[in-house]
Amino acid sequence: MSEIKMERLDENRVLIPQSGKMRVPGIIYANDKIFELLKSDESAKQVANVACLPGIVKYSLAMPDVHWGYGFPIGGVAAFDMDSGIISPGGVGYDINCGCRLMTTTLTLDDIKNKIDKLTTALYQGIPSGVGTKGFVKLSGKDQKKVLEEGSVWAVKNGFGQPEDLEATEDGGIMPGADSEQVSARAIERGKEQLGTLGSGNHFLEIELVQEIFDEKAAHVFGLQKGQIAVMIHSGSRGLGYQVCDDYLALMVKHAAQTGIELPDRQLACAYLKSTRGQNYLAAMACAANYAWANRQVLMQQTRQLFEKTLQLSPRDLAMRLVFDVCHNIAKIEAFDIDGKQKKLCVHRKGATRSYPAGHDALPARYKSVGQPVLIPGDMGTGSFVLAGQQKAMEETFGSACHGAGRVMSRTQATKASQGRSITQELAQKGVLVMASSKGTLKEEMPEAYKNLQDVVQVMHDAGIAKKVARLKAIACIKG
Amino acid sequence: MKNYTLLDHTADIGVEVWGNTKEEALAATVEAMFDLIAANDSVAELEEKKIAVSGADTADMLINLLREALYLFHSKSWLCKTCEILEMEEEKITARLQGEPYDAKKHHLKMEIKAVTYHTLKIEKRDQGWRARVIFDV
Repeated sequence: MSEIKMERLDENRVLIPQSGKMRVPGIIYANDKIFELLKSDESAKQVANVACLPGIVKYSLAMPDVHWGYGFPIGGVAAFDMDSGIISPGGVGYDINCGCRLMTTTLTLDDIKNKIDKLTTALYQGIPSGVGTKGFVKLSGKDQKKVLEEGSVWAVKNGFGQPEDLEATEDGGIMPGADSEQVSARAIERGKEQLGTLGSGNHFLEIELVQEIFDEKAAHVFGLQKGQIAVMIHSGSRGLGYQVCDDYLALMVKHAAQTGIELPDRQLACAYLKSTRGQNYLAAMACAANYAWANRQVLMQQTRQLFEKTLQLSPRDLAMRLVFDVCHNIAKIEAFDIDGKQKKLCVHRKGATRSYPAGHDALPARYKSVGQPVLIPGDMGTGSFVLAGQQKAMEETFGSACHGAGRVMSRTQATKASQGRSITQELAQKGVLVMASSKGTLKEEMPEAYKNLQDVVQVMHDAGIAKKVARLKAIACIKG
Repeated sequence: MKNYTLLDHTADIGVEVWGNTKEEALAATVEAMFDLIAANDSVAELEEKKIAVSGADTADMLINLLREALYLFHSKSWLCKTCEILEMEEEKITARLQGEPYDAKKHHLKMEIKAVTYHTLKIEKRDQGWRARVIFDV
């Protein structure tokens, strides 16, 4: 039960008034249903804990998919002053640059209706997923370093995709400031054989159908049409990212006393942005972010080829095109208007997506008129939403929106609730074919384990943070 | 009988582990972590590994011990069946792990543990022995 005081700010937001050691208030985006859920877990306390960290600007935020994480809540957004603020590995998460990418095709459901089984089997066999799998990309020592410093740019240079893919990736799929010297030998070792692997847990590859269009203009600009087949990939930086987080977390915990920063939870361990340790983490984190982008780029290219081969289509006929790639576990230096002045801040998004509005400089030319595509995957049975970033995000959320449905059941609860049921069959009845290497994962990831995606997305839409553009229905899903 | 239970945590998974002594509780936490990765009874004690770690306090040493043990799995695909604390000082512990390399024909990997977290970490003395609590990122 949360002991944190919360009050309604307006119909889409809940305020945690500043109290105790909080330096700023907390704000959580929530409708009444989500507000009720907040009262029964610890995520509001985590929002308040983040508000205690030095240099935090304006407020500690959480998106409507907020749930109990470790240290920072999942769905948390916090921005820190470059001079007095901190950077926290726990505020980014273990899976650095975990994210999603959505690709469209020229196919309709009729084109693949009788081939879904064959296609899903080909994807399941051709895309390594699950615990302990190895990727199909073998990296030399030199290439390992290049992946870390060049991200998706390396992937495209080496035949995994096309230059247009880069334009449709957040930050062009390459994070500046990456320095592979700051990445430990252990992290490099863990990443060596995992490029081109999906991973396990909530990571997935899904074949989806564009089911509903909410905003014709934006959908047209994003290249989305009702009835079209699309593919969503959710994966991250694999063992390399987890190790980078763990290495720097250990280091920052070890030196916590020296920095004099009082921590409500050791998992919030951090370093001042100006310090060498803070800068080194940023450089190592950028390497992991680049690895994740290269990973999703390689996974996409493999998906393209498996579609083409299985359906016997030429690349031109399939025309698998990247709509966008977003990261949702990251810290980035971005500029915002703070009290009338443009200011650079270090924005932590832990389980949150960048959501830039129309006209923003960072957007590719083709999306400038409508805003950035914000990709929100749901649970296995639901599919996904595509939103477009709105101006209010710049004013209220440091250009951020939610990243998914957010869990409501723990993994053990979900496993218990699914006892004696076949999740595969239940999903098949809903028209979703699922192939997973672990039955345990399927139980843990059952649809009821998540909040209603529609509710979460509606809060963002109503609050003017990101508007609904399209809804996609899951048709087939491969999981680790 | 298992000397640990699973903890409910929304996004991740945790264990609460018991031991008669502090050393036993630490060793049992290592075993519990590996039981989550691949069922402990499927693993044989064919090889031995030694781990020495330091830390600011017992809780910190426990996390560092789990980190090192998990690294054996992530880097060498090595599975631990049993763990014993050989030496324990104020800021340093040495442990002996027995187990074998992962073999797809023999072992079923149940869960990917990405990392060991400090979140709600506890090691404390209770009326009947010691209790440790750790949450893993999965």
